Amino acid sequence: MSWHIAALQQLVNGLALGSVYALIALGYTMVYGIIKLINFAHGEIYMLGAYFGFYALTLLNLSLLPAMLLSMAAAALVGVLLERVAYRPLRNSPRISVLITAIGASLLFQSTAQLVFGASFKPFPQAMPFRRIQLGPVFITNRQLLIFGVAVLLMILLHVLVTYTKFGKAMRAVARDKEAALLMGINVDRIISATFALGSALAATAGILVGMYYNRIDPYMGMMPGLKAFVAAVLGGIGMVPGAVLGGLLMGVAENLVVTLGSSTLRDAVAFAVLIVVLLFRPTGLLGKKGIEKV
Amino acid sequence: MVKPRLTGLIKIILLLCIYGVVRLLESRGLLLPYHVQVLSLCCINVILVVSLNLINGFTGQFSIGHAGFLAIGAYLSAFLTVKMHVPFLAAILCGGLLAGLAGLAVGLPALRLRGDYLAIATLGFGEIIRVIILNMEAVGGAKGFSGIPKYTTFGIAYLTAIITVVVIRNFVHSDYGRACLAVREDEIAAESLGVNSTYFKVLAFALGAFFAGTAGALFSHYLQYMAPTPSQIGFVKSIDILIMLVLGGLGSLTGSVIAAVVLTIIPELLRGFAEYRMIIYPILLIVVMLYLPAGLMAGRELSLDSLARLCKGVKSSAHYS
Amino acid sequence: MPTTAELMVSNLSVQFGGLKAVNEVSFSLQPQTLAGLIGPNGAGKTTIFNALTGLCPVSGGEISFGDQRLTNQPPHTIARCGVARTFQNIRLFKNLTVLDNLRIAYHKNRQYSLLCSLFRSPRYWREEEQITARAKEALELVGLATKAEHLAGSLPYGEQRRVEIARALMLSPKLLLLDEPAAGMNPQETLTLLELIRRLRNELKITILLIEHDMKLVMNLCERLFVLDYGHLIATGDPKAIQSNRRVVEAYLGGTGA
Repeated sequence: MSWHIAALQQLVNGLALGSVYALIALGYTMVYGIIKLINFAHGEIYMLGAYFGFYALTLLNLSLLPAMLLSMAAAALVGVLLERVAYRPLRNSPRISVLITAIGASLLFQSTAQLVFGASFKPFPQAMPFRRIQLGPVFITNRQLLIFGVAVLLMILLHVLVTYTKFGKAMRAVARDKEAALLMGINVDRIISATFALGSALAATAGILVGMYYNRIDPYMGMMPGLKAFVAAVLGGIGMVPGAVLGGLLMGVAENLVVTLGSSTLRDAVAFAVLIVVLLFRPTGLLGKKGIEKV
Repeated sequence: MVKPRLTGLIKIILLLCIYGVVRLLESRGLLLPYHVQVLSLCCINVILVVSLNLINGFTGQFSIGHAGFLAIGAYLSAFLTVKMHVPFLAAILCGGLLAGLAGLAVGLPALRLRGDYLAIATLGFGEIIRVIILNMEAVGGAKGFSGIPKYTTFGIAYLTAIITVVVIRNFVHSDYGRACLAVREDEIAAESLGVNSTYFKVLAFALGAFFAGTAGALFSHYLQYMAPTPSQIGFVKSIDILIMLVLGGLGSLTGSVIAAVVLTIIPELLRGFAEYRMIIYPILLIVVMLYLPAGLMAGRELSLDSLARLCKGVKSSAHYS
Repeated sequence: MPTTAELMVSNLSVQFGGLKAVNEVSFSLQPQTLAGLIGPNGAGKTTIFNALTGLCPVSGGEISFGDQRLTNQPPHTIARCGVARTFQNIRLFKNLTVLDNLRIAYHKNRQYSLLCSLFRSPRYWREEEQITARAKEALELVGLATKAEHLAGSLPYGEQRRVEIARALMLSPKLLLLDEPAAGMNPQETLTLLELIRRLRNELKITILLIEHDMKLVMNLCERLFVLDYGHLIATGDPKAIQSNRRVVEAYLGGTGA
């Protein structure tokens, strides 16, 4: 196989991985947009989502769609509780305190998962038979198609929700100015809770999709994708929904291209190199607008 | 108030006593080699936490990539002693210096980034260092670096920790340290008073990184084996250091020392409950943030003065009762 | 040391996006003058201060002080040229002691090296003593010698303003910019402040430019006034001339009835 076909193949793989990043990045971006917090525990919610899906498929013997919905609901609940217990009391504290709390929450989820679900990986049940489809010179698997399909569908739903519904309007208002939104009669606490629920549900879906894609889940699976999805959100412009999607896709493609070009161990460094370059030269991200700092 | 000369003397005597007691207990067999090992680890962690305090606590930057500097010092010094047969002390210094240079390199982005953005960038930087080491065959690559001689004795670790604490305390209480505090408190006001905030951020990073590098050199010659895993030189380690710092209190040197010692010893006591430790730790972190956001010492210092006052208070209240 | 440097501002413009906050403003300030910058809210007074001290980018024009060019220099460089300022919304280091607030400002005069500080050489001790002594002197000058060990943020508002002035003085400035020094003060405090500002100019022989809304204070204190309106300089002159200037009365005095 000549290198450009290999590259094309990696582009397809990259887009699949990238749409997973995008799903996770959406949660980061929405939460950051609304309370200016890097929710470090978001990667762990994605991991929990995968486990919820796992148990829904194996213990409860559900089929894929109900399992996914159940996992989304459970993850949403965890996200809301997390905000309620750990973040809300600190809403007026220095941002560093909240960030440290978020790191703590992330560690807590990880070690609890390790204790409850076991430290070793679990094979993820295959909810659909594996199939490979030839598309011109490259192959695409039905799982990759599923990832694309689900990711795009959820993104469209989210876009409609944020842009056209009253809830979306309220959410954007809270992101702009919490106090003003409060004065306009918006229940800010409820909007923030809903944002966490929404972001967590998306992350849970991503968890299940990745579980199916790689056939395995483990308590640490949230760490790297979580960080990378955050990078993706920053890359696209944090706080912006289209930015997260763009950043996620770019990130997935970039990583897979690096794998084609050479070392697969360098793959993890790509994300962070991208991050540092973006932060240095375009801290507001690709789609972000420049803000004026007030003196 | 106790006279400065006198307090200095008292402190030196106290520090010597601690050393003497450890050696005495060791020779009597009351402290096993394992216990002395743990004490050495305490000293290494003190260096790490105090040096991170300079960056995060006193200069108000938010670095969560401190293990990256540790990794540089650990690997370079091990490479020097194992492959080039360089004397240990020189290797420690080299490790510190290279880490300090890396600190300069990270300090530069710090000029443009603040708060959580800086945090994530330093985290990324630490991970990049780890991945680079992972790909370096000369230091063992993914297999890890083994066969490092056991050069780190309690004496060396103890002395290095003391030097670190004293030097950083001196820095903080000088014009340089005050400039860092000014940058932390209000960058615009600091600038308008002639403080080049860029310079001091970079300086804090470089100095903090230098000491983290020396701690790394001690660390690799303590463990005798380095693995490029997140928990040894990656962000898990960085977060460990951060937890100690936050619990001790940002901006308090004595807080850092106490937290580093206590949080190194407790897990050793809890060895049987290793899984629970990883649950207790984060819960502790969250609870402290919720109820004691400024940490144990809340920016204050424990000093001979305050101890003397405390004793007097106890005495006088005893007298009246 | 009396200052002989003259502040020259020519065609200064500051633009925020499409808005010209300061528009082609030119003025000069003779050494040792006590001058006021006045104008209605939003006229661009603080923006001029920010441009002078390097806190906001200048989009056109030149600023020079003596033989030094200040245009678009970083703030710390400008501070080192001898320009010190206070802020409208007080920017003290609230979690530090009053003494430390002042000692920080001695930064540009500090001589000892980093190594001296790390190992506490005799030079370090000597200079630290001098710095503390200087800080106490400055506190004495603003009448707050007893508050040295208090946390700056714990002081009442009026005292915080005086600490900020004392802190600016630690820079040994040749030009002192005071942004609404009397804001939030009661009449008694304002009177003390007025005396203080006068003394600073007379004893330290420095140039002072202040922004102030308290017209009584301005007219009493200043020898020269610059009036801004919508980013334009509409009048310059001594207080008498300004009071009777028709454009000023229209734009400002007439409008507020002050």
